[in-house]
Amino acid sequence: MQEEHSVSALAGRYPMSFAAVQKHVAVLEHAGLVSKRREGREQLVPGNVNAVLAARRLLDQLEAVWRDRLDRIGEILATDTQNEGADA
Amino acid sequence: MTVISIDKDPGAMTMTIVAEFDAPARRVWEVWANPRQLEKWWGPPTYPATVVDHDLSPGGKVGYFMTGPEGDRHRGWWRILMVDGPHRLEFEDGFADEAGTPDPAMPTTTARVSLSEQPGGGTRMTIETTFPSLEAMEQLIAMGMEEGIGLAVGQIDGLLRAAPNG
Repeated sequence: MQEEHSVSALAGRYPMSFAAVQKHVAVLEHAGLVSKRREGREQLVPGNVNAVLAARRLLDQLEAVWRDRLDRIGEILATDTQNEGADA
Repeated sequence: MTVISIDKDPGAMTMTIVAEFDAPARRVWEVWANPRQLEKWWGPPTYPATVVDHDLSPGGKVGYFMTGPEGDRHRGWWRILMVDGPHRLEFEDGFADEAGTPDPAMPTTTARVSLSEQPGGGTRMTIETTFPSLEAMEQLIAMGMEEGIGLAVGQIDGLLRAAPNG
């Protein structure tokens, strides 16, 4: 996690109300990820709480997961060829 | 194996990945239809999968767990929506509790797999994964997307950066 944002700064940056940002943060907190940090009167959260950003990140992660899976499938199929010379 | 294309659409909450394999469709189908083959690739080497139920018929269930480095187990399930071997498979993929019972508090994703034999002899496989809502996506990113592995986002980031292509 690279940076932190204050909840009020996030609400200013995205077209979302302070309450909406707080709700998103609450979802992440509920899921056990985000620990909100207080610094003075500010609530600091990781920089990726915005829903669309989260969606992008998740799709990126899913891409990595599937690329690895497809690599492993490719290896399984390649092993066939080595063992049998040709497909049975 | 060659990845032909990847399409990520945050608005539609869908990722579509297309790959080609140098094998006939019925052989590529085996990696889904044979549980012993499925467990060779579903989980990463650090979290290998063990498939405990495997009923690829409409309404059928596939149950699996992935074992982490500490011996920790993370259970998941598929519910088969549609099957037409060796060309199509659609299923819902979700999280389960320690007994293997689907966890209704956790979001599910839907996967559509299609295989088509190419004129040159290889097989093109398309996998489309769809999320039900942005809230579900937030929840999943919070947990880590390694299919039931409850890693925090920071840990996942580290994992992906450590990967050769990450």
